[in-house]
Amino acid sequence: MASPNSPRLVDSFTAPKEVLQEFADLAEEEDVDPFAETASKRQIASRQSDYHNRRFKRQAHESDDAFKAVEEGRDVEGGYKDAMRVQRLEKEEERVRRAIEEKEKQAREEGKAKMDLDKTPPRTEIEAAVKELAGMKRKRRWDVPEPEDKENKDTKGGEWSKEALEEAAPKKRRSRWDATPADVNAPGETPKRSRWDQTPVAGGQDVPMTPIIMNAPGFMQEDKHNRYLTDEELDAILPATGYAIVTPPPGYAPLVRPPKFATPVTEIGGFQIQEGSDAAAMAAAAGLAPELPTEIPGVGSLAFFKAEDAQYFAKILKEEDETELSVDEMKERKIMRLLLKIKNGTPPVRKTALRQITDKAREFGAGPLFDKILPLLMERTLEDQERHLLVKVIDRVLYKLDDLVRPYVHKILVVIEPLLIDEDYYARVEGREIISNLSKAAGLAHMISTMRPDIDHADEYVRNTTARAFSVVASALGIPSLLPFLKAVCRSKKSWQARHTGIRIVQQIAIMMGCAVLPHLRNLVDCIAHGLQDEQQKVRTMTALGLAALAEAAAPYGIESFDNVLKPLWVGIRLHRGKSLAAFLKAIGFILPLMDPEYVSYYIKEVTIILIREFQTSDEEMKKIVLKVVQQCAATEGVTPQYIKQDILPDFFKSFWVRRMALDRRNYRQVVETTVELAQKSGVAEIVGRIVNELKDEAEPYRKMVMETITKVVASLGASDIDERLEVRLVDGIIYAFQEQTTEDQVMLDGFGTVVNALGIRVKPYLTQIVSTILWRLNNKSAKVRQQAADLTTRLAVVIKQCGEDQLLSKLGLVLFEQLGEEYPDTLGSIIAAEGAIANVVGMTQMNPPVKDLLPRMTPILRNRHEKVQEATINLIGRIADRGAEFVPAREWMRICFELLDLLKAHKKGIRRAAVNSFGYIAKSLGPQDVLQVLLTNLRVQERQSRVCSTVAIAIVAETCGPFTCIPAILNEYRTAELNVRTGCLKALSFVFEYVGPQSAYYADSVVTMLEDALTDRDLVHRQTASTIVKHLALGVAGLGCEDSMLHLMNLVWPNCFETSPHVIGAVMEAVEAMRVTLGPGVLLSYVLQGLFHPARKVREVYWRVYNSLYLGAEDALVPFYPDLGELSEGQNVYDRHPLQVFI
Amino acid sequence: MSSELRYTANTQLEHLHARYTGTGHADLTKYEWLTHQHRDTLASIVGHPSLASYLAIADGEAIGRVRFEMTERMLQPCGPPPAKDD
Repeated sequence: MASPNSPRLVDSFTAPKEVLQEFADLAEEEDVDPFAETASKRQIASRQSDYHNRRFKRQAHESDDAFKAVEEGRDVEGGYKDAMRVQRLEKEEERVRRAIEEKEKQAREEGKAKMDLDKTPPRTEIEAAVKELAGMKRKRRWDVPEPEDKENKDTKGGEWSKEALEEAAPKKRRSRWDATPADVNAPGETPKRSRWDQTPVAGGQDVPMTPIIMNAPGFMQEDKHNRYLTDEELDAILPATGYAIVTPPPGYAPLVRPPKFATPVTEIGGFQIQEGSDAAAMAAAAGLAPELPTEIPGVGSLAFFKAEDAQYFAKILKEEDETELSVDEMKERKIMRLLLKIKNGTPPVRKTALRQITDKAREFGAGPLFDKILPLLMERTLEDQERHLLVKVIDRVLYKLDDLVRPYVHKILVVIEPLLIDEDYYARVEGREIISNLSKAAGLAHMISTMRPDIDHADEYVRNTTARAFSVVASALGIPSLLPFLKAVCRSKKSWQARHTGIRIVQQIAIMMGCAVLPHLRNLVDCIAHGLQDEQQKVRTMTALGLAALAEAAAPYGIESFDNVLKPLWVGIRLHRGKSLAAFLKAIGFILPLMDPEYVSYYIKEVTIILIREFQTSDEEMKKIVLKVVQQCAATEGVTPQYIKQDILPDFFKSFWVRRMALDRRNYRQVVETTVELAQKSGVAEIVGRIVNELKDEAEPYRKMVMETITKVVASLGASDIDERLEVRLVDGIIYAFQEQTTEDQVMLDGFGTVVNALGIRVKPYLTQIVSTILWRLNNKSAKVRQQAADLTTRLAVVIKQCGEDQLLSKLGLVLFEQLGEEYPDTLGSIIAAEGAIANVVGMTQMNPPVKDLLPRMTPILRNRHEKVQEATINLIGRIADRGAEFVPAREWMRICFELLDLLKAHKKGIRRAAVNSFGYIAKSLGPQDVLQVLLTNLRVQERQSRVCSTVAIAIVAETCGPFTCIPAILNEYRTAELNVRTGCLKALSFVFEYVGPQSAYYADSVVTMLEDALTDRDLVHRQTASTIVKHLALGVAGLGCEDSMLHLMNLVWPNCFETSPHVIGAVMEAVEAMRVTLGPGVLLSYVLQGLFHPARKVREVYWRVYNSLYLGAEDALVPFYPDLGELSEGQNVYDRHPLQVFI
Repeated sequence: MSSELRYTANTQLEHLHARYTGTGHADLTKYEWLTHQHRDTLASIVGHPSLASYLAIADGEAIGRVRFEMTERMLQPCGPPPAKDD
């Protein structure tokens, strides 16, 4: 207690204000939905980039089936010509809009320059502004009526006049926020009404399905949060006086035609009463119902139902009188129900609905189907699963509809093309699948005429996706059929966009089809070759990228196809700069590996000049490409080590081996890869010599980069090249880098281990230093450092032994032994592993600490729950049991056996296996009796995992100590009345026979009686396991003369062939298969012939199944065993097998 | 393939059977089964040189001729298929 007059520093202890504030904020945020974010993640549109979401801006048009129309002799409407016209219009519109935007932007910028707020405006401007402000009346709140001029009022009456009093009264300053709206309302103004006192408008028009373009920008304004205010709403908001409706200027037309159909979500003006409908269903349709239905009439229960679904499925949400509907309407509702089931239903519901919609596809017709499916796919809130299912529907339906699909090709493409650039691999595959099926159904000509307008579309997004779609068409219908078209497009004179897209198609074909482009390589290259000299820079760049893709796909063949482009490419790199140069270099990089070694060096010399110039580039993309090309150059055969050393390395190291490169992850990797590739040519010493000093650099990331490179170089090329001086510097640098690391990293550890192992016996002089480093670090207070030191010991143990430094090893062993009390499990695991590695190299006899001390120390550690510790421990124990069991008393081993039982149910398979193996070693050294007793007792435990592992361990014991030691014990144990034990025994026996193989011939007769019992047991699992035993037994004794007992077992197995439980029938069938091997197919055939033509189908099915597997297993061997059925001959059919009746 | 077996663990095996000629099913006719048997027999003779030469000696023909005839006979070893009843 402090004395009363001692000053109290604080009179109360409380949390700081910020903390309290934080809690308060948290409390306010409590009603935030924590899943809102994940929900939006599931939605495709909200996850994707703006570029991906440009798909919502696309317009689809319906194209007539030109072929059919011509056949029927009518004019083609909405055909290719129309599409092209529409496309031209769109392009023009886009151009004009851009020009307007440009102009506006310019104007704005000019205005902005005037009002630049950063600088003090000149005096004249301020004065002008002040004047302007003075002249302007102060703006009032919109809801306060404009008062008449004060002067006029004052003249009306005296100071005490009524008006004056009234005016003086509200002098009290009111906060804007506590004013009730009624207060503010001036007389004469229409009061602002709450939504709730509005009389419901009897709107009630049916909400029609929205067409595919519903999500186009113009229509998005119909979104309930983002629409124009209607006139009625404006009337309600604004005062009646003081506002006038201005007529639109002449010649004004809205950007997008306002939709004629009703809005998808009808929420305008409060809520509406829908006529003649079930109220709840309609509320759901309007998206108003608080709880969305999961039970739809005629559909049944669904897995989920979203608010957005209501607008698409409004028609089937209410109950209608079906008799009043026309056939088409009925059909429409039927489709909607099926789609809803597929999209939102549970798997079984979905499955049947999918089958129905597929079967009835032609009956429904392409139009009604796609009118329903495609808008759903364009919904913004679509999720992956829904998209997958809908795409599946399209796929199935396409297959059925075949050429009926033609009018909808473009609409489908608009919806499916975005899948081709989805970030999800499976979505891309699905997209490809659909487009490929679509092109097979619609035919090449129709596909081309549909997609042609999009090739020079104004929007890059559209061109990009169209190019990808075209490449899919090419792979579906074959490159040759598309080639003439591609040639024409790539030479298009009308627009560069068309050429650009054409070349991109070729690029995509190469990327998608890989080496399958080889037969058409020359044609494809010729198709795009001229693009290298195009006047448009973008086209040239794309051509180079296309060539790169083609060369990559063709590697290592096809250089002769690129003959024509070599010159332009190599000339091009001297002419271009920036992006197009990068593309040209990329193309060259991919063509170089295809070249003959004799010529390649000339081309490399040419390109090296440019590469070296670009080493200094600041452009990241260019840097990456340059590195890649250097790597590719170095990998070619034609380039000499001399050339690399003299011409490339000095500049390369000057520009890329700088600290800055270590900071960016991608650069880092690329530089390391390229350097390793250069090392393959120029040798270890050259590269390591150049960077070894950097191991002592002050920047750690850079040291790491150096270390990683050295590791990779040394690992692939060895250290024999490294001379003595370099060796000193290298080891010195590595020790320095290892000691100086602040974040314990795998890279440093790997590097140390790799280099030391590569140097081998040459590290002997440095070992004392290295080991003292390790010893020092083993006592570090950071657990990570200790762990790393132990890991390093594991890696170095072999080398230390090689160098003959046993003294050091035993010292390390002792220190590690003292460290076994380690509390961090990760570190402990590493320490035990290190101890194990030392024990491994020095052997059990020389081990220090002696094994008899080490093992008892391990026993309690076995109880550690940590996987790494368990694994390391069990490995060490298994090693000791294998090599030096005699150094440890038997009692200790028994104790370990009990501990090991727990490990039999470890999660990690490696641990379970190590434990089972250890049982084998222990049993071998102790004799099986005691261990077996432990294991058999363990069969009584509840846990299945534990029992299964015991059975495996029993089998291992049987294998290592001979089956005769175990089988009697197992047979004896089988007589226990407990079901688990009996099953366990059977299982153990099954493993025993699996492991001992042909040895089982000696024991077949002894287990027959037990198997008789098991195979006639009522319990299914018993018969199943017994069948497995029979299988292993039969396979083991094949050809060893046990046919009599096997036939007996076959007779017991055979009746089980009518079992239906999958595992049981599987085991029985396998046993029968094994019998085929032992008894021969002839015997089996005689069993099978009994039932192949049995009157009961169920019997026939089973027998045919057995026959089939018999037939596949021994087709030829069955020939002599087929029965002679000549007597069945009738009429023209003679069933005698005459060639078999011939004799000499 | 019966419905009950369709859901067993060996559906893949069933699928495999469908790919191999010579395997059968519950609705196989006598004619089809025997035709497979005959083809197997003939193929066996063509494939085993000892069997082919045995037959060649017995028939007094060249081995090549025997092989050719066996191969030819594989087309319709049991004559044309019987007319369908239904």
